[in-house]
Amino acid sequence: MSLDAAAHHAQTAGLVLLFGCFVIAVIYALWPSNRQKFSQAARMPLEDDND
Amino acid sequence: MPEAAVVRWRADVIGIFFIIIVGALLAVMGAAHAIDGPFQAQMWTMLAALLLGGAALLHQVTKPPQQSDATRYENGVVKAGVIASMFWAVAGLLVGLIIALQLAFPNIFYFPDFGWLNFGRLRPLHTSAVIFAFGGNVLIATSFYVVQRTCRARLAGGLWPWFVFWGYQLFIVLAGTGYLMGITESREYAEPPWYTDIWLTIVWVAYLLVFLGTIWKRQEKHIYVANWFYLAFIVTIAMLHIVNNLAIPVDFAGSFSYSLFSGVQDALTQWWYGHNAVGFFLTAGFLAIMYYFVPKRAERPIYSYRLSIVHFWALIFLYIWAGPHHLHYTALPQWAQTLGMTFSIMLWMPSWGGMINGLMTLSGAWDKLRTDAVLRMLVVSVAFYGMSTFEGPMMSVRAVNSLSHYTDWTIGHVHSGALGWVGFVSFGALYCLAPWLWKRQRLYSMALVDWHFWIATIGIVLYITSMWVAGIMQGLMWRAYNEFGFLEYSFVETVQAMHPYYIIRAIGGGLYLTGALIMVYNLWRTARGDAPSFERATDVPAAGVLAAAE
Amino acid sequence: MWSFHKWFERHSLILLIGILVVVSIGGIVQIAPLFFIDSTIERVQGVRPYTPLELAGREIYIQEGCYVCHSQMIRPLRDEVERYGHYSLAAESMYDHPFQWGSKRTGPDLARVGGRYSDEWHRAHLMNPRSVVPESVMPPYAFLAQQDLDASHMDEHLRVNRMLHVPYTEDQVAHADADAAAQATPDSDAASDFSRRYPNAAVRDFDGDPSRVTKMDALIAYLQMLGTGVDFSTYHADAPENQR
Repeated sequence: MSLDAAAHHAQTAGLVLLFGCFVIAVIYALWPSNRQKFSQAARMPLEDDND
Repeated sequence: MPEAAVVRWRADVIGIFFIIIVGALLAVMGAAHAIDGPFQAQMWTMLAALLLGGAALLHQVTKPPQQSDATRYENGVVKAGVIASMFWAVAGLLVGLIIALQLAFPNIFYFPDFGWLNFGRLRPLHTSAVIFAFGGNVLIATSFYVVQRTCRARLAGGLWPWFVFWGYQLFIVLAGTGYLMGITESREYAEPPWYTDIWLTIVWVAYLLVFLGTIWKRQEKHIYVANWFYLAFIVTIAMLHIVNNLAIPVDFAGSFSYSLFSGVQDALTQWWYGHNAVGFFLTAGFLAIMYYFVPKRAERPIYSYRLSIVHFWALIFLYIWAGPHHLHYTALPQWAQTLGMTFSIMLWMPSWGGMINGLMTLSGAWDKLRTDAVLRMLVVSVAFYGMSTFEGPMMSVRAVNSLSHYTDWTIGHVHSGALGWVGFVSFGALYCLAPWLWKRQRLYSMALVDWHFWIATIGIVLYITSMWVAGIMQGLMWRAYNEFGFLEYSFVETVQAMHPYYIIRAIGGGLYLTGALIMVYNLWRTARGDAPSFERATDVPAAGVLAAAE
Repeated sequence: MWSFHKWFERHSLILLIGILVVVSIGGIVQIAPLFFIDSTIERVQGVRPYTPLELAGREIYIQEGCYVCHSQMIRPLRDEVERYGHYSLAAESMYDHPFQWGSKRTGPDLARVGGRYSDEWHRAHLMNPRSVVPESVMPPYAFLAQQDLDASHMDEHLRVNRMLHVPYTEDQVAHADADAAAQATPDSDAASDFSRRYPNAAVRDFDGDPSRVTKMDALIAYLQMLGTGVDFSTYHADAPENQR
């Protein structure tokens, strides 16, 4: 494999993977049934007892 | 103590004793066969530390099993972490001030007859002391605190958190005393020698298991996002540490080793590590602190939990690619440099996602910044985070980097992140933790926090502005041509031009250290019980006078 | 209750594995190709492994933290090439375990410092930098001239390098300890043996003290060979195999 080809593959794979990860994270973050869970989670530091 | 708990406690004792005995045996063998003096000194240090640890453990064993209540949080190790953080902060900043003075006044602060205190040996001591000793202890202490609260579970592992704490201090002592004797692998921010690296690996695995074990016991269904950041920090640092430190020792009873990789491959491996030490140690770990302490102190939930999830994954994915921007215009193949630059620029976005999330948590409560100096410190740290994560991507652009690389601009950039972001967010967390842990109504003195904040802020401003000016001037002087087409300045003329800025930098560092000393005094008085009691705070006689007046 | 708990555990492990996968990709895609593509390093003549004395000097260079203030990587920029010499090639550090490219120039680049100053200058400069360069901020290294070089384990140093594919011969490894002293002891039988094993290495009393071999000898021997290896008549920057 030539250097150019390797570099090309590396960059293409990077782009695809980056985009895939990003899409999955966004879907998870915006999934409607998660809304309740996240708003509860956001209050976690406020509700713990200082013991 | 229930039967099962006693059995588990015995298993902890036996496990830790096993590590101590094996370590002590190896240390004795190492000292006996040592091929260099510094290695022998390190082995004796290790032996002494392990024997001390063994004696402390034995003392525990001979006492009746502690009536530790498994339903309560483990606070002792967090307290120890707070104290250690304060100690190493002062030590690391002090060494930083010394090396700043060495560059400003080389005739006063050097000693020709021995190498112990030369710049080349003290500089890794400074960087390791502030990053790993101070920063590391803050991260371990806060992660142990936060994971218990957000999981509503006592820290897992019984005695093992204490092994993590003391094992980590031993790592710091071995690394630090080693630098003074000239023991180094010359890999920036990964200088400790091979045996210290192995010891850290053992401690780090125990740390990961304690942290994961606590998550496994959790009473909450969801894992709070701060713990995601802590987990990414712990796991990724383990991976980076192991790969970057692959080396073959010259002798198993000697300190020197040869890196498994050489030249260009070695350079990329090192800066893949180096940049991600910034990304995962100094960013992900301290973002975890932000995600717990800013909402807690502001008494408001984080601005957007969804943003925190998206920015978490984007941040850890992008950071890992950014290393090659440390190697622009070097013998590293150009495609790798371009890749590093591209990802570094993209990093700007998730970084600012984190900044926005932290700052906007204050929306509707900005007035608290006026009255609460601790919250102000936390928020200003996030602002510095935003500033240095804008500067960083800019400096990773090849054209900018051709000017900034090798100059003090880089030093200024690092310190805007280190003093402004990492330092302030850590101080803010310590100011929160001390009254919580020692069960005080509040800090000994809020006025002293104010003093700390302003003195340190002025220190940072002096530091980073002097280094900006010095760095850009240095870069421009190196590439300046005169009217005849020759280089305008010799190298030493650029060194001479740095002198006033090196003095200003040292003053800035001195101020920052002064602020840290004020904090130590304040926290010590708080822990000692000098914080005004609730009764005195409400001032009963005055209330009586008021009532009479009415 | 137990199975419920198990599910939670799996949940955090999924998070753990997700993190590991995401952070591994960058390293694999970016670093791995450099190890498999042989054109990462140029083919040039003249780069040789360090002699035992130079290798010992390099160890001192590392121990004293010289890399903290001096780079060994000249960038292909006009002012750098004019100030320091031909830009650095990957081939020039292919035997450097670890690399010493550095990241900061509090002092000048040293990639081609070899042969640029006399041994006497280096000695005076290392003893007290401000005696020859009044504006310098460099620490003094006078103690190096007082300390004998311990070369009794140089054979082990060479053997480890050989394991890492640095092309030392069996003969060079076997005589490494003696060769370290021989290089700083001209006009001796050992020195002529040394020159047979390392034909391109300089044999001199580097520290000006012929009575013994000090750490100063080793450090100056190392500094004086930096950047002197490549025969640039054999390097063609425009050749396709050198396009990276």
